[in-house]
Amino acid sequence: MAPSRPDIIDRLHRIVEPYVEDEEALTSVDEDTNLLEDLSIDSMNLVDIILDVEEEFGIEIDDEAAEQMTTVGSAVDIIASRLAAAD
Amino acid sequence: MTRRVVITGMGVVAPNGVGLSAFETAVRAGESGVRFIQELADRNFACQLGAVPPLEASHLQVLTTLERKTLEASGIIYGLLAAVEAWSNAGLDVPGNEEDPDWESGCIFGSGIAGAEVMRDATYLIDEGRVKRLGSGAVSQVMASGISAYLGGRFGLGNRVSSNASACATGTESLLLAAEHIRSGAATRMICGACDSGGPYAWGGFDAMRVTNRRSNEAPEAASRPLSATAAGFVPGCGAGALVCEELESAIQRGATIHAEVLGGAINSGGQRKGGSMTAANKEGIVRCIRHAVENAGIHPREIDAISGHLTATLFDPIEIEQWSVALERSGSQFPYVNSLKSMVGHCLSASGAIEIIAAILQIKGEWLHGSLNCENLHPKIAECIDPERVPQTFRKHAVRTLAKSSFGFGDVNTCAILRRYDPE
Repeated sequence: MAPSRPDIIDRLHRIVEPYVEDEEALTSVDEDTNLLEDLSIDSMNLVDIILDVEEEFGIEIDDEAAEQMTTVGSAVDIIASRLAAAD
Repeated sequence: MTRRVVITGMGVVAPNGVGLSAFETAVRAGESGVRFIQELADRNFACQLGAVPPLEASHLQVLTTLERKTLEASGIIYGLLAAVEAWSNAGLDVPGNEEDPDWESGCIFGSGIAGAEVMRDATYLIDEGRVKRLGSGAVSQVMASGISAYLGGRFGLGNRVSSNASACATGTESLLLAAEHIRSGAATRMICGACDSGGPYAWGGFDAMRVTNRRSNEAPEAASRPLSATAAGFVPGCGAGALVCEELESAIQRGATIHAEVLGGAINSGGQRKGGSMTAANKEGIVRCIRHAVENAGIHPREIDAISGHLTATLFDPIEIEQWSVALERSGSQFPYVNSLKSMVGHCLSASGAIEIIAAILQIKGEWLHGSLNCENLHPKIAECIDPERVPQTFRKHAVRTLAKSSFGFGDVNTCAILRRYDPE
């Protein structure tokens, strides 16, 4: 069974956690949270987050999709669609 | 007036002790950090011994969560831990993310190969067609300036930030380059030192060259035998040493603890001529380096109380002692005391000089000499040149005011630093 949206958010939260220095920012994450602007993640680390996401969910994220992963919500959309395609 | 340069901070990650206090205890007690390494035996190494710092999870607490997750280069981890200890030992702050960098502070921190294991893993991924899996950390962990780049960010350094490399002379060279930069007036303080990674991928080349000790796998602690008649090659090691060098007036103004003064030194090369080669030293190069260091420090050779030698436990040890004797014009019972920390920690390659300088400063400060282990049977050529009593076999109390530290490296490069107990006069 495909994971629920809250479940994907929860797993994504755990993936981004080590890349966020400001622990305060992590307490108010929702679908509109912007990874670079709101969580101050170093843009260089986005490639690492994508690798971690691929490993965690067993999916492939191409460059085009990676560029669209700017907010938590858009990341969840992409993860969910890749999981659905794999089913 | 010449600006005086002093050392106000020290940090160390050594095979026989992680952190200054553990390291000092181990060096005073003559504890060996040499162990049998299964990974080497599994890969058919002739020398299956190594000296690796005993890192525990608690040591890694000074790293950020992200650094703990992404850092795989053991040399960079050692270097960061040593440098963070040195910076804090010097009583220095770190500017916040939104503050100006410290324009007066810089870094010259070297390495030989700080991330051998990262290169190994990256090679496999690339050959499997999975280059994307390298992630963002492969470049910063294998580039030659990796360690100084990490330190510059960690401490918010705004002065010169660079890495030096001169093989096994790297650590001592970094101190001399840092001191020169401060003396020239271009910086107030510099963090310097060196680090190296260990393990099969860092050490394989040395095993193939037959320069490591292949005869002592059953007796690790007896394997590193500098100055001994039965010296049979070095034991490879790894780790890091870090020093904060500072202009004297700044150190006094801050009320910093001054560990020692850097009187001067010299860096040269034998040009790989007249007996010198990639791996062997032109003897005249060594003599000139020592003489220039003494001259640069403005002292008489008689003033040197002790020598912390390069002394790796190869056929080169007797030659090194002979060149010291020629350069200082001292022999027999007039020769300074001499010991080799490599008898405890093996040869930590590019990091060796930095770790050994810290041991040297601890000896100056504490007024003692560490024992040079495993040389009960002094090499006959050494015994001909100097009174065997000048080589302490075990710990002894002795006031060392002025100490000369040498490190030599592949490429026929030489370094010699002159350190002195800080005297306010």
